[in-house]
Parts: sequence; structure tokens; C-alpha cells
Amino acid sequence: MKYKSQKVAYWFFALSMLLFALQIIYGFIMGFAHAGFDGLHDVIPFNTARAVHTNLLVVWLLSGFMGAAYYIIPEEAQRELVSVKLAYVQLISLAVVGVIAIVGYHFNYWEGRKFLEIPRPLDYLVVVNVLLFLGLILVTLFKGKRRTTTALVLSMGLLFAALLYLPGMLPFDSQVMDSFFRWWVVHLWVEGVWELIMGGILSFLLIKLTGVDREVIEKWLYVIVGLTFLSGVLGTGHHYYYIGVNKIWLIVGGIFSALEPLAFLAMALFAVNMYRKGEKKHPNKLALYWTLGAAIVSFIGAGLLGFAHTLPQTNLYTHGTLVTAMHGHLAFWGAYAMIVLAIISYSLPNMTGRKLYESARGRMAFWMSNIGMIGMTVAFGVAGVVQVYLERKLKMEFMEVQKEIEVHFMVLIICATLFMTGIILYMVDFYKHGKPTDEALETASND
Amino acid sequence: MLSKKQARAFFLGGTLVTFLIFIGLTIYSFSKPQDQSNSENITEAVVRGKTLWEENNCMGCHTILGEGAYYAPELTKVIERRGAGYIKAVLMTPVAWEPNGRKMVAYGFTEQEALDLIEFFDWIDDVDLNGFDTVVSPLAKDNN
Repeated sequence: MKYKSQKVAYWFFALSMLLFALQIIYGFIMGFAHAGFDGLHDVIPFNTARAVHTNLLVVWLLSGFMGAAYYIIPEEAQRELVSVKLAYVQLISLAVVGVIAIVGYHFNYWEGRKFLEIPRPLDYLVVVNVLLFLGLILVTLFKGKRRTTTALVLSMGLLFAALLYLPGMLPFDSQVMDSFFRWWVVHLWVEGVWELIMGGILSFLLIKLTGVDREVIEKWLYVIVGLTFLSGVLGTGHHYYYIGVNKIWLIVGGIFSALEPLAFLAMALFAVNMYRKGEKKHPNKLALYWTLGAAIVSFIGAGLLGFAHTLPQTNLYTHGTLVTAMHGHLAFWGAYAMIVLAIISYSLPNMTGRKLYESARGRMAFWMSNIGMIGMTVAFGVAGVVQVYLERKLKMEFMEVQKEIEVHFMVLIICATLFMTGIILYMVDFYKHGKPTDEALETASND
Repeated sequence: MLSKKQARAFFLGGTLVTFLIFIGLTIYSFSKPQDQSNSENITEAVVRGKTLWEENNCMGCHTILGEGAYYAPELTKVIERRGAGYIKAVLMTPVAWEPNGRKMVAYGFTEQEALDLIEFFDWIDDVDLNGFDTVVSPLAKDNN
């Protein structure tokens, strides 16, 4: 840690951890309900659990991205954050809006639009919150001594993410239009601008961990985010195949989403190659695990498994089935959860001064959570393929099929338990690092 | 070898071009001759039905147009599959509907609300889904 104001990142990461834990709990509620144990139905029906599970994911990742920006931007811009006080105001307001939304979901206070369930009045508060955040980041960046590509790509990602929230607030009478523009937010976030954020964080971590020249890393960063947008923007078409819009999307979506894995492959190759080229052996091995892990698992989860059901001929049958949940879990885990865990693993020793770089617990956390998540993905995949075959091919009735696949949810729960154990170990490590301190500035040689 | 400047030009140029094509295609697909979203038949009842659909987060369990959660049945073509009477009964019942042991929230909608939702489903059924309706509809059994 080189600047005192970077400490604010710690509290965003702490909020992330808290919300992540809650997200997992609600995931279990849904897993058990699918397996036939819905004892909580009267208190937390499935649609509540689902909205809470997905929204907590979005909020904890955003909180992680914000923490990452508060840590990275001062260091890249070589100056303190313009206002630490306002950063704390932003943190608290983010937490308050998040809590109101999550509690509201238990009392039918929501907007039933997948991933964007936050009710309209709260949407405006989200906008104010994000504007405050962006203001702090951008002013710091432009008042800074230098503007690096890493900082620009990260800030651009955050700015576009905010702008793209707006199409989701447009009111439509038509379900088709509603769905169409909802994907402008959701798809262009996760397969577009969030990848800028991921790329920015990845580039920062690679510069720090491998010691490879910044110019080389940042050049490839441009190529990767270029590939992301080239394939990802028109790749939005894969959401438009069967929702009531023109057939042209079958061709455009089919071609461009087939190219989407390339961006992720490039990212994985980039990370691994930089690691190989690097001569600096940074002692923070855990951060390196998570960084390389994010690049590789995102290629498998987002790239390959996305491609598995993105061609129109396949998607005709898999659209609206558990196959989507298979891809969704490994994609979000690899691309976004792991990169947040990577920046936390990297920055925590620097903010707290406790150099717990290599612990058995930390390595166990990495492997258990990854193996658990891969197991969950397989369980979802098997359940999804069976569902597709029985329901869409053999035309069996929905609930008859659900009975047949209940057993796969037991497997899912077992794998999820392994995953959760890994995450608990990660959180124990987080806790053991203690609070951030200004004394950490003095031991910044290894940062 | 590629320079950093060229890499940046590739990123900015590629993004701009694909985004412009994307906007163009969006305008094209909703232009009058190409529009297949059944927008001309949206009535007030359909809009009221859509509002109820959203206010109660039906998408948190069901799917429609293939979108939503995967806990409860797809509701595209549900009228052909179940008939309006069955749907009305499910929507209005004060006790939880429990097909094969999986519970639905007992919403206890009024008759008017139930009818609005049925109008909404009916409107959905006339959207041209590029063939997806034949996969989720029981009629597909006869057609295949």
C-alpha cells in the first residue's frame, strides 16, 4: 500500500464477503427446494430466494469492483483519493440500498425482471450512489500524476457499466421490448463492460505479480478488450433468438457469440504467458493462484460452456432450461468472483501489513472452492441435459421431469458444501489479516 | 509486431463499429415491416397482466419466452396446454397449488386480475418466436 486512502478498499471487500456469504445461504435454500425439500416455502418462497441469490451476487461483485478501483486508482494515478470521507458515504449508502432491496424481496417489494429486480425508486438511489463513486474515481484519476492504460480501462469499464444500467430503467408495455432492453444491461455488462473491469484488475495484478513490463501487458490488454467488444456486442444476439424478434439475430448472434470464447482464450493465454515471462517472483502466491485461476476458469465457464449452448440450433432446445444455470455458475465464478477474490488476496496483506502470503488454509480455500464449483457445474449440466431431453424431445410434463432430476440436486448440494467450505476458509483468512492500518505504509516494499 | 497504439485503435475502432451495427440492427428489428413482437395487439388488459407478472416476480420461478428461473413450468403457450379455466383456478386459489409436491405461492388473485394475466399469456402466445413455441408447446408432439 502506497497511499493511506487505499485503506477504504478494505471495507468494500468486507461488505463483499458478507454479502457473498448470504448469497451462498440463499443458494442452498434453492438447491434444497429443487431436491424436494422446500420447508422454508412459507417464509422464503423460491422466487424470493432466487431474486436474493442473484442480486446479492451483483451487489457483492460491484462492491468488490469498487473496492478494487479504490485500491488500484490511487496507486496508478500516484496520488491520494480525492475524498476518503465521501468514499465512506458511498460505501454506507451502497450497503443501505442493498439491504433495503434484499429485505424488500421478502415482502413482495420488487420488479419481477430477471437480475434487475431492484424496484424503480431504489434504482434512482443506485444511480446517485454510482455517480458519487464514479466522481471520486474519475477526479482522482484526472488530478493524478499519470494516466495509465490499466487505470483508463478500469475506469472506462466502471463508467460504461453505470451508463448501461439506464436502458434497464426504460418502461415498456411489451414483454418482448422489456426483455430485449433488459439484455442491453445484463449481457452488455457481463459479456462487455465488466470484462473491461476484469481486464483492468487482471492487468494491474499481472504487472504487480509478474514484473513484466507495463507496456507489454497493457498492449495485450487492449487486444483482449478489443476482442471482447468485437464479439460481445453483437453476441448479445444469442439472447434474441427466441424471444420474439427478427430472425436476423439468429445469424448475427450465432456468428458473433461463436467468437466470444476467443476473447476469453486470449485472456487465459495472456495471463499464463505473462506469468511465464515474468522474472519477478512475488511472494504472494495466493494472489497468483486466484489471478491465473480467474483467467483460466473464465475461459472454461464463460467461453467454452457458453459456446456449448449458444448456437441457435442447440439453443432452441436449451433456452429456458437448467443448462443456462450450468453455464451461469462457472462463468460468474471464473470471470468475476475469482478476480475479486484475487484482488482481495493481493491487497489485503498490503493494507493490513500482515504478510500471510502462503498458508495451507489459503491454498485449501482455492482448491476446495474451485473443485466444488466445477462439481456444481457438472450437476447442473447433467440435470439440464436430462431436462432438455425428457421435456423438449420426449415431451414429458414439466413436473414429471423435475422429479426425475431431483437426485442431481442432491449431488449439487454435496458439491456446494465443498464449495462453501472453501469460501469459509477464505473468509477465515480474510478475518485473520485483521484491520487495515497506516503502519502498512512502512512495509510497502513488496507491494 | 503490433504496437500499443495499433492495439488501442483496434479496441476503439472495433467497439465503435460493432456498437453502431448493433444499434442499426435494433432499429431494423423493431421497424414496422420486420416487427414480429405482436406489439399491435397489446391491450390495456395485457399491460395490466404484465404489471401483475412483474409485481409478483412470476419470473422468479417460471419462464416466459424462455426467460426466468427454472423451478416452475414455461408459460409460453400455457393456454393451449392447460386451458384458461385451469389457469384461472390456479391463480385464484387461496391454498397453495401443489402439482407433484412442488408448491406455488397462493396469490389468491381476484377474478379480474386472473383474467388480466390470462390476457397477457394469450398475447404472448401470438408472438412469433422463430420456432421456440413448437418446442415448448404440446402441439409440437403432433407436428414432429
